[in-house]
Amino acid sequence: MTAALTRKAVLVIGGGIAGIQASIDLANMGIKVFLVEKKPSIGGRMAQLDKTFPTNDCAMCILAPKMIECANHENIELLTYSELDELEGEVGGFEAKIVRKARFIEDDKCVGCGDCAEKCPTRVVDTFNAGLDQRKAVYKYFPQAVPSTYVIDPDHCRTILGKKCGVCEKICKAKAVNYSQKDQVLTIPVGAVILATGFDPYDVAPLTEYGWGRIKNVITALQFERMICASGPTNGHLRRPSDDQEPERLAFIQCVGSRDIRHKRYCSAVCCMHATKEAMLAHEHYPRLTSTLFYMDMRAVGKGFQDYIRRARDEYAVEYIRARPGRITEKEESQNPVVRYEDTVKREFAAREFDMVILSQALIPSESNVSIAGKLGVDLDEFGFISAPEELINPFGTSREGVFGCGFCQSPMDVPDAVVRASGSASKVAEALAGVV
Amino acid sequence: MALRIGVFICHCGTNIGGIVDVPAVVAYARTLPNVVCAEGNLYTCSEDGLSSIRDMIKEHDLDRVVVASCTPRTHEPLFKKNCESGGLNKYLFEFVNIREHCSWVHMDTHDGATVKAKDLVRMGVAKVSLLTPQEDLATDVIRSSLVIGGGISGLTAALSLANQGYQVELIEKEDRLGGLLRDVNRVFPTNDLSKELLDPLIHAVLNHKKITAHLGVELADVKGFVGNFSVSLTKNGTAEELKVGTIVLSTGARELKPEGMFGYGRFDNVMTQLEFERKFRSDTHGLNRVVMINCVGARVEERTYCGRFCCITGMKNAILLKEENPQAEIHILHRDIMACGKVFEDYYRRALQMGIKFIRYSVDFPPEIVGSDNMARRVTVHHELMGRDVQMDVDMVLLTTPLVPGEDNQGLSRMMRIPVGNEGYFLEAHQKLRPVEFPSDGIFVAGCARYPTEITECIAQGYAAAAKAAAPMAQGRVISDAFTSEVDPSGCSACGRCIDVCPFGAIDWNEFNGSPGETRRAATVNATECKGCGLCVASCLSGALQMRGFTDEQILAMVNTTVLTAAH
Ligand SMILES: Cc1cc2nc3c(=O)[nH]c(=O)nc-3n(C[C@H](O)[C@H](O)[C@H](O)COP(=O)(O)OP(=O)(O)OC[C@H]3O[C@@H](n4cnc5c(N)ncnc54)[C@H](O)[C@@H]3O)c2cc1C
Ligand SMILES: Cc1cc2nc3c(=O)[nH]c(=O)nc-3n(C[C@H](O)[C@H](O)[C@H](O)COP(=O)(O)OP(=O)(O)OC[C@H]3O[C@@H](n4cnc5c(N)ncnc54)[C@H](O)[C@@H]3O)c2cc1C
Ligand code: SF4
Repeated sequence: MTAALTRKAVLVIGGGIAGIQASIDLANMGIKVFLVEKKPSIGGRMAQLDKTFPTNDCAMCILAPKMIECANHENIELLTYSELDELEGEVGGFEAKIVRKARFIEDDKCVGCGDCAEKCPTRVVDTFNAGLDQRKAVYKYFPQAVPSTYVIDPDHCRTILGKKCGVCEKICKAKAVNYSQKDQVLTIPVGAVILATGFDPYDVAPLTEYGWGRIKNVITALQFERMICASGPTNGHLRRPSDDQEPERLAFIQCVGSRDIRHKRYCSAVCCMHATKEAMLAHEHYPRLTSTLFYMDMRAVGKGFQDYIRRARDEYAVEYIRARPGRITEKEESQNPVVRYEDTVKREFAAREFDMVILSQALIPSESNVSIAGKLGVDLDEFGFISAPEELINPFGTSREGVFGCGFCQSPMDVPDAVVRASGSASKVAEALAGVV
Repeated sequence: MALRIGVFICHCGTNIGGIVDVPAVVAYARTLPNVVCAEGNLYTCSEDGLSSIRDMIKEHDLDRVVVASCTPRTHEPLFKKNCESGGLNKYLFEFVNIREHCSWVHMDTHDGATVKAKDLVRMGVAKVSLLTPQEDLATDVIRSSLVIGGGISGLTAALSLANQGYQVELIEKEDRLGGLLRDVNRVFPTNDLSKELLDPLIHAVLNHKKITAHLGVELADVKGFVGNFSVSLTKNGTAEELKVGTIVLSTGARELKPEGMFGYGRFDNVMTQLEFERKFRSDTHGLNRVVMINCVGARVEERTYCGRFCCITGMKNAILLKEENPQAEIHILHRDIMACGKVFEDYYRRALQMGIKFIRYSVDFPPEIVGSDNMARRVTVHHELMGRDVQMDVDMVLLTTPLVPGEDNQGLSRMMRIPVGNEGYFLEAHQKLRPVEFPSDGIFVAGCARYPTEITECIAQGYAAAAKAAAPMAQGRVISDAFTSEVDPSGCSACGRCIDVCPFGAIDWNEFNGSPGETRRAATVNATECKGCGLCVASCLSGALQMRGFTDEQILAMVNTTVLTAAH
């Protein structure tokens, strides 16, 4: 391969739906892609969702084929469990230094059977399941992970921490376990970079008025998505954290940390819709269950979204109350949360008891944006999103030539918009590399 | 000559093997007709398993392969490709799903799952025996794109494709490029003049050597399929033909004219936002009291959708008015304020801080307007927060209306065989994952033709559609699966049902020469466009349609072997 040829290659950072789509589009245009994902599997946040608005098809059922297409594409090289360390050079001739973290499992030998995790004695909080249950120290990120190989978590593995164990090595028929594997550093020549690092949920504990972390039956929307998901920790059964009982009255609180000058000024753009969806899904699971959604403005602006809200109201027993609740308290005996609010349409103060409260937490740019922006030399905006200096006419540009952005790492957006932005950024890269052979 | 079939049965670790008695299924497979070898693998998809299939093809001179494992969704392409590398035509392969159809759904009955696995394997062997070798279809792709509509979306798509090195034919029915944006004064959120944004773009398009702009033309017809479309245009009565490989549709939308609503058409000082923007450029003076009414003709019974950006358009004009005349009293009567995302919330806040008044009304109590001498004089609205009526004297009332679908949408839909949705906008292939694609290959959509959206999103979609349109041209050829339907013209009764039912527009009429001297119409399938869904086959009353790889004969062989043979 000549030097020029290898530069007709792109580094995509972040393997959520945006990064996956950008990679597939570039690969289909004949451009070589290195897709770097820090987690053990691609899929991003969408992999954590149960179903997705506005069509309510199962997130995994539409995501999994994309993940597989991405993994099997001859022009795409997946570098999961990896992170960018350094980028040098300029558009058309960058050198990217990538660190592949040790999985402690030889990925060419692991067949994903899961015997290791079954026998592993060490339990760790499962962040994929939003902290609702535990996984083992050797684990698969989620059941449909791509690649489907296991990883050993070096912070918890007894053997790696120098204690007596070695169980997984003994049990593995494929002889894939290797406790002494080292991080690898790769240097990759690329012509352009696309950032697609997505979002993280905002920590809602500081909003003490809502009691998350203190009132057991107050959970976040992301936790709810895991709970209602058939492959989640409760196999899709809704259970109150306080007593494992099925809830019958849910409250959804919108703009928790969003549109709030004390926290995040901006609107997170997807929560009005995802809360509506979650209320619909809950009603589908339990026809007796009703939901009340507390909102300021019901922001349903995408294609088909207004009809979706109507359906929720008319067919799924979802009640919409225009209010920004001031406080949530807990009933002592039942541990039921009580929501205190002013209904601005009826103009009355009220306190209402629910079985469970779901907080639509603000969504913030990936916390790794700060370090990745530093390494890439691109600017962030005041909120920490990847800044697009000429956003109006060039929504993909960053402050550095040859580095582009797409998806939620630039501004809050839902899956369809992230997919559009991803494909669009692929066009931008194709233009930038059009002269490169 | 007798067939030589190889059967490979996967344990999938314990996923299948923990429930289905795989060795028993292997032993059973060996007893089936023409099976010359059968083996179980711990993981058929691992390199070990795959190489074992390739070795067996050589060793036993296999001419058919069956794999019974997890799921065709992810693994069938892998196994087919593996057969090909082993020297076997990849269409002589059959997949049997014994994980999802056996071990997963029958986890509680190991024996039952095993019996069913044997049945399914027997069916697979029956079918594979009747498969015939096929070749993938390859079509060359013309390296040129047609972009229909020269608004901001089409201009963006055209320029990007040209910058990527492709020829572009841009057609616009008006004499000028720019679309809706021509009438817009300044653009949120920067409040720059729209001209400053549009003019350089139009200039770049008109001067790009790879772009031919056809202005003032009418699109008369589109024929063909991905890689090879024939496009007929007419301009002042003369016809022109173009050949292109891919198409981007960006025909935009129109602003709703709210005839008969809120005094529109009756009072001279009641107008839409777009009408106002046109006027604003020359004359805004003397406007001290302006009321805007949002959601006019939107989010109501007859038009349920939300116009997406109209709240922001209203705020923009309010901000501009207030900047011109800080004394102006501006009221925005609204329902929900749709200021989604990162920038619009701040824009909203800016409007509030400038002293623009927002009053929330309910759709059940719409504002009322009274006037005299062709002029609106006073607006009354039920203030939801205060719970009482509020009255405002006005110099002007602006009605904020949504976009409505382009007038050509239905015609274009029929001509190009692409769907429009309930609301009248073009309907994409999948709302979430294929937002700028259509079910048929090679045609893509961008901008307000798909759904009302603001400039940034139009531009994003223009680029996205360009990426999709570029891909087949970059590849140079489109390869399509050989499993498509085919018509036996002698059996075709020319009823046309299949043509109606095909979601991809892959079936058309053709002349058929039957018995000597007889020429008549018969349906014919364009294999490049056919996706192998089988709807046409099911719809054919004459039995003249068959699906390659799923012929009646093959399916009946599977059915017969289930009904007529007992596995145990
Ligand atoms: C509770 C909830 C429900 C939702 N429901 C819906 C819905 O129903 N429908 C819908 O359309 N949208 C929904 N959304 C929004 C949807 O999740 C996002 O639109 C979508 O996930 C954005 O995709 P993305 O690829 O931009 O980001 P992400 O999905 O966040 O992916 C980013 C990826 O980048 C990786 N990454 C981050 N930093 C680095 C780094 N430094 N190096 C390498 N990799 C990195 C991350 O690990 C991740 O895999 C919901 C969101 C929430 C919170
Ligand atoms: C009052 C108002 C104010 C606005 N203000 C803003 C703003 O401040 N900021 C912002 O971001 N957005 C604003 N918008 C939205 C913005 O105008 C649109 O997003 C954008 O102009 C749509 O571009 P488009 O290319 O998709 O469609 P269009 O601009 O509608 O272009 C479509 C083109 O296709 C042509 N065409 C149609 N049919 C055919 C055919 N059959 N054959 C050939 N050509 C055809 C049309 O003649 C037209 O030129 C505003 C809209 C309105 C109504
Ligand atoms: S989408 Fe809805 S809930 Fe989320 S921040 Fe915006 S207005 Fe609030």
